[in-house]
Amino acid sequence: MPDALAEAGVRPVSGDPDAARAVLSAADVGRVVDRMAHEVLEKTRGAGDVVLLGIPTRGTSLARRLAGRVEAFAGIAVPTGSLDITLYRDDLRLKSPRALEATDVPSDGIDGKLVVLVDDVLFSGRTVRAALDALADLGRPRAVQLAVLVDRGHRELPIRADYVGKNIPTSLRETVHVLLTEHDGRDAVLLGPAAPGRDGGSAS
Amino acid sequence: MRRHLLSAADLSLEDATLVLDTAEELAQVSERTVKKLPTLRGRTVVNLFFEDSTRTRTSFELAAKRLSADVINFSAKGSSVSKGETLKDTALTLEAMGSDAVVIRHSWSGAPANLARWIRGSVVNAGDGTHEHPTQALLDAFTMRKRLGRIEGLAVTIVGDVLHSRVARSNVLLLSTLGADVTLVAPPTLLPVGVETWPASVSYDLDAVLPKSDVVMMLRVQRERMGPSGEKATAYFPSSREYSRRYGLDVRRALALADDAIVMHPGPMVRGMEIAPEVADGVRSTIVEQVANGVSVRMAVLYLLLGGAAPAIGAPDVGFDLAPPAPLTPPAQGRATPA
Repeated sequence: MPDALAEAGVRPVSGDPDAARAVLSAADVGRVVDRMAHEVLEKTRGAGDVVLLGIPTRGTSLARRLAGRVEAFAGIAVPTGSLDITLYRDDLRLKSPRALEATDVPSDGIDGKLVVLVDDVLFSGRTVRAALDALADLGRPRAVQLAVLVDRGHRELPIRADYVGKNIPTSLRETVHVLLTEHDGRDAVLLGPAAPGRDGGSAS
Repeated sequence: MRRHLLSAADLSLEDATLVLDTAEELAQVSERTVKKLPTLRGRTVVNLFFEDSTRTRTSFELAAKRLSADVINFSAKGSSVSKGETLKDTALTLEAMGSDAVVIRHSWSGAPANLARWIRGSVVNAGDGTHEHPTQALLDAFTMRKRLGRIEGLAVTIVGDVLHSRVARSNVLLLSTLGADVTLVAPPTLLPVGVETWPASVSYDLDAVLPKSDVVMMLRVQRERMGPSGEKATAYFPSSREYSRRYGLDVRRALALADDAIVMHPGPMVRGMEIAPEVADGVRSTIVEQVANGVSVRMAVLYLLLGGAAPAIGAPDVGFDLAPPAPLTPPAQGRATPA
């Protein structure tokens, strides 16, 4: 099991991956994404001017999945892209410079559009803060909304999600892992204990 | 820990690939309406230029500004250097103003390496004498990868004044790290002593090498490094016309190139000497792209050196010298052996 996780490219996290317990199964993840797609359609009145921008790496895959479901339910092709926030992070000075991920904005741009940011886990809110800064440099959306698969609480900034796949109350000592087939070979959300002395796990 | 970029040899394969991948993403910034990132806010970069430069200085300046760093431009002309101030005193003065990195160009080979022993910030070599110009090699590699999709296995031919070319030296080192096969083509008088120890093959016959090349990089004949007067320059080859006929890339030679081969030049070029205007402006030419790519690559280097708690690339710190530093190599006179 630990090896399988390592091979699947799971970010370094829990002290004991065996202790991680599945909060959402593969089938659950599918149903949750379906529901979120319906909610996007409902709340944006048909998703006419929606652009889905995922935050790499798993947010990008989730954005693509959401777009796929929206198209299946409503027959609308929603433009999707990815938005790397590395250069806008507020903790750059705390670590070595990181490799950048792809930023890929749909060719029509985001001016006047309803941008839905998509990420796997909402934690401190700092990633979303950085994403809002990055968006402002790319254009001026009509409005910005936030969709996350998991909201684990512990916000450090006044940020909330418009679409939440699942609220998972956690302690700061726990880690949340979102596994997606595109990256990890299977779909699941795992909750596990953190390594001693470390706060949280997966993306914020 | 501080790290520097003094030589292309400072970069491992992983380092070099990281710079190129980072530059690839940063290139997008140049296409946006807001061409600015907040990444280096509050950092100060000093451009210390003791030699004339158009593209390298403006390229570094733009790169630093696009990352929101504060930039101080310093050129020897109009500074205290013309009053007799030494490199060390100039560097310490700028250091006292709180610079995080110094980008230096100097006619002395080894000046950046000495500077690294005197100041606290990171040092980036922007060309030192006839020694090295690592960011030029990085932008050349970036251009090759963008145009041809790969670097490993490419046949790269570097033609011209290899003796005085810091571009050639850095390119040979970086391209061999990245797995390309480099061939140097020059008259015997314009090849440095010890070139047989470089990770490159040598030829005197341009026509034989051209059809097998994926990349042809033309170098300028650096007359300013060929002695005090222009007349002495002729000692390296009989005449400009003969040099041009044997080692210039004219239209006839360009036709011998493979279909997808590209022609590069680090600039400034002397049209009609090492390269024909028709070739310099042709579809194979990447000369203008190279300039644009230079900004992205230098942004990547500055980000990776200054963007985090510790640099992600470059040579390990050499430490400070408490003893007097070794004397610098004077600018190449005649057939000087480059470092």
